[in-house]
Amino acid sequence: MSMTTILQHCLTGISLGGAYALIAIGYTLVYGILRLINFAHGDIFMMAGYFMIFSLASFPWPVAILITLVVTTVMGIAIERVAYKPLREAPRMSIMISAIGVSYLLQNLSTYLFTAIPRGYPEIPFLKRIFRVGELSASFVTVLTPVLTIILVMILMALINRTKTGMAMRAVSKDFETAKLMGININGIVSVTFAIGSLLAAVGSILYFTDRMSVTPFSGTLPGLKCFVAAVFGGIGNIPGAVVGGFFIGIVETLLVALGYSTFSDAFTFLLLIVMLLVRPTGLFGEKSVEKV
Amino acid sequence: MKKTIKKSTIYSLAAAALFLVFLYWLDANRLSQGMLISVLQKGAILALVATSMNLLNGFTGLFSLGQAGFMSIGAYTTAILIIPVRSLDGVYYMNGVHPAIMNLRLLMANSPPFLQSVYPFIALLLGGALAALIALLVGLAVLRLKSDYLAIATLGLSEIVRAIFSSPQFDQITNGSYGLNKIPNFPPMLFGLIPSLITPFIITGVSVAFIVLLINSSYGRAFKAIREDEIAAEAMGISLYKHKEMSFVISSFFSAVAGGMLAMYMRSIEAKTFSITLTYDILLIVVIGGIGSVTGSVVSAFLVTAAKEWWLRFFDQPLSLFGFQVPLFRTGFRMVIFSVLLMVVVLIYRRGLFGTNEFSWAGLIKRLRLKRPAKKEVE
Repeated sequence: MSMTTILQHCLTGISLGGAYALIAIGYTLVYGILRLINFAHGDIFMMAGYFMIFSLASFPWPVAILITLVVTTVMGIAIERVAYKPLREAPRMSIMISAIGVSYLLQNLSTYLFTAIPRGYPEIPFLKRIFRVGELSASFVTVLTPVLTIILVMILMALINRTKTGMAMRAVSKDFETAKLMGININGIVSVTFAIGSLLAAVGSILYFTDRMSVTPFSGTLPGLKCFVAAVFGGIGNIPGAVVGGFFIGIVETLLVALGYSTFSDAFTFLLLIVMLLVRPTGLFGEKSVEKV
Repeated sequence: MKKTIKKSTIYSLAAAALFLVFLYWLDANRLSQGMLISVLQKGAILALVATSMNLLNGFTGLFSLGQAGFMSIGAYTTAILIIPVRSLDGVYYMNGVHPAIMNLRLLMANSPPFLQSVYPFIALLLGGALAALIALLVGLAVLRLKSDYLAIATLGLSEIVRAIFSSPQFDQITNGSYGLNKIPNFPPMLFGLIPSLITPFIITGVSVAFIVLLINSSYGRAFKAIREDEIAAEAMGISLYKHKEMSFVISSFFSAVAGGMLAMYMRSIEAKTFSITLTYDILLIVVIGGIGSVTGSVVSAFLVTAAKEWWLRFFDQPLSLFGFQVPLFRTGFRMVIFSVLLMVVVLIYRRGLFGTNEFSWAGLIKRLRLKRPAKKEVE
């Protein structure tokens, strides 16, 4: 393989990784606060793909993007209110089953509404413009994805470290009960968390599907699980960790596909998960927590 | 006390005999009762997987989502071992059969007919044993993980198995993405005394009985102790590692046996059959039946299968009533109804059909008496 090909694949990998990182943040935030693997997150990402298809059919692209972001965010909050909030006091297994149920519902609902036939993702002209640097060629979206990811993460970090809401989020993730006693509006914070997660998933969805051209009701499942692995890899609850994990998985996956092991690229992700959980369960940057009886 | 035990045994035997008579009646009328038979058979297979999942999730408190992976191990092993030798070349028309498999199959085909009639059962057991072995090895590592991490790790395991089965590197064994077909139907038992139609019910019955006995044994009590409180259980001297591993291995074994039966039932399998959705479908059965109730899993497996494959079919067809086109009825509506049903059970009827209760004759009689208070209590 020549140097150019390797660089070309790396570029694709970084772009994919950026989209993964944005979705992984949603997992990591929700897990940090509710200790819940939001199995429906991948399906929220998939639904965002459909929202974009339909809004772009009748609006110019800036409006369509705005609509997609808003609708996805509202959907994320609604899911939390309906399916997770009633189970706050229930055992963790019930709320996880509820998350699986939501995922099942979203998949079946979108199969019903949009059929299982892949739907072409509309092209946004300026995102698809091709750039050439030497022998490398890349569409604008490939370059935009990692840059946008980094910018969004920096904004998010500022939000979490500098604002009052961010402080409340940190407090809730440290200790749910105590935060509640300190007068933090738990439900409000959880809603904000889901809103941020869904918003980033929608951005990720636009970037991811622009490169992949089609959406099916099941195209959210695998990316969703992979991004959860990315979040675990980086240390769950840790935002920079999720970003690093997302980029890492994106790049390795692209390289594996390039080497001809495409069927194993999914298996690799899960192998990484199992190895990581055994060797360093807290992830790359996770804090060690002591469990008390 | 002793009298009631005896009574309940008699009732159970009578019910089993009645069911058996019903199955023989079905066998005699199998041409006219195709739908009922296929629903009951699939229900029986899913009942076994659901029970094995319940053993792990409901009784040991290990939230595992790897069922589909273990089922696929059983299904592929069984299929490879029972596809008729003369069809092998046709099935593997793209890449050819691996010579080792061909030789083994030729050896099997040349063995005495007595042995040949038990091969399908040996194949099922081998599939189960292979899955149990893999579960044993994987369990060493994975069972150290806590609740949701375990769920995602087992889910990942199931995806790894699927990726391996569909990979081009294993084309000569699993036929890659083409899958396996021409799998023979269920074999008859006891030299044809039990027709092939009834076989899955017998296998499921024996397996579920084994699981029930296990749950009622001292091991089962240890499982429940672990479910309630790991740390307390360990303090009481229960080896967490040993019991978790045991539950995981046994559950995987029976999932794989059910997977093998599913291969016989569907006649053709591919890696896609065993995707995450299959695990979710089984989880749905377990949750609707009640997490922690074997009766619940079995009953709900039959109910859900019947509703999905038969009773609620009409949701997927356009329907017009009195010349008025009912909206919403088209392909996929049935599954939406099912997902909503699952959500309702999860959010409102958290106990499912049976909660953690089991069926017992005494309980049933009590119920019947409560409903008819006019009848005097006789003992």
